[in-house]
Amino acid sequence: MSAVLFFIAAIGVIAGAVGVVVLRNPFYSVLALVCHLIFLAVLFLLLRAEFVAAVQVVVYAGAVMVLYVFVVAYVGGEGTTIGERLRGAGNGAPPGGSALRLGGAILGGALLVELMIALLGTGLEATSGYGAGYVSGPRTYGTPAFIGKLLLTRFLLAFELASFLLLIAAVGGVVLACRRGGLEEEDDRATLTPLDLLRPRGTGTTAEGVGSSALSARGLESGSRYGS
Amino acid sequence: MSIAWYLAVSAIVFSLGALGVMTRRNPLVVLLCLELMLNGGNLALIAFSRMWGNGDGQILAIVVMTVAACEVCIGLGMIVAIYRRHLPIDVDELRELQG
Repeated sequence: MSAVLFFIAAIGVIAGAVGVVVLRNPFYSVLALVCHLIFLAVLFLLLRAEFVAAVQVVVYAGAVMVLYVFVVAYVGGEGTTIGERLRGAGNGAPPGGSALRLGGAILGGALLVELMIALLGTGLEATSGYGAGYVSGPRTYGTPAFIGKLLLTRFLLAFELASFLLLIAAVGGVVLACRRGGLEEEDDRATLTPLDLLRPRGTGTTAEGVGSSALSARGLESGSRYGS
Repeated sequence: MSIAWYLAVSAIVFSLGALGVMTRRNPLVVLLCLELMLNGGNLALIAFSRMWGNGDGQILAIVVMTVAACEVCIGLGMIVAIYRRHLPIDVDELRELQG
């Protein structure tokens, strides 16, 4: 039973990985990665890592992939076709693009052969075994209680460092992706209303946003009155 | 199944990710292939953790997931910033850092 499940999950994992690399549209690549992650969680379950499998599905296949889907939808599928368009036009394509691609494939194959030699050609007896003994229970290997105890006692430093890393990444993401004044074209609001002094730009209610044209027209009128 | 099968799957996934990083040109897909490589490493970590019967490998896998989430955050932020500046979304065309 577990062998059948292993082969189904392994085929799903490898097919998802091939799909990510091969598919042209980045959106389909993201979907293939979601499939890959879910089958990978099945492999984790077969390895008795229940908590990590749950984290994989919830955090990775859920949250991170939603972020990917949002960015792909924002940037659009246009990005993938730029290289193709250049190659189709015949100019501007990097010299030897297909040769580089072939070189990449050769390097990838060499890496695979090397890893296989390293992993399967090793003299370790234990890799051909089925792993350490396992008894099921509420606090045994792989359960949330087990992981939580390890994470908060032996690996407390790693846990805290990971939290700092997440904080830094969140701040960095906001700084990288936020709108800057100079890069955007100027906002088409011509006048400065008193509300702008009270609130920073871009905040406010929807009603103000909807009625901004009327507001700005009134503002223009009052401005001309002030001007004259 | 024995641990070696899981290690073989992890090696295949890692190599496919490396192949994608080397051949694909869209930075979004390059990030996805980076995820593949990290997942291959994670699978090997969990397989070895099962082999030894203690949880160290699982903790390391969770830390790797955290690092991957941070990397996605920063990478996607950079892609959005590139898009905002109307630069081409293609790793071969981006030459601003070449001096």
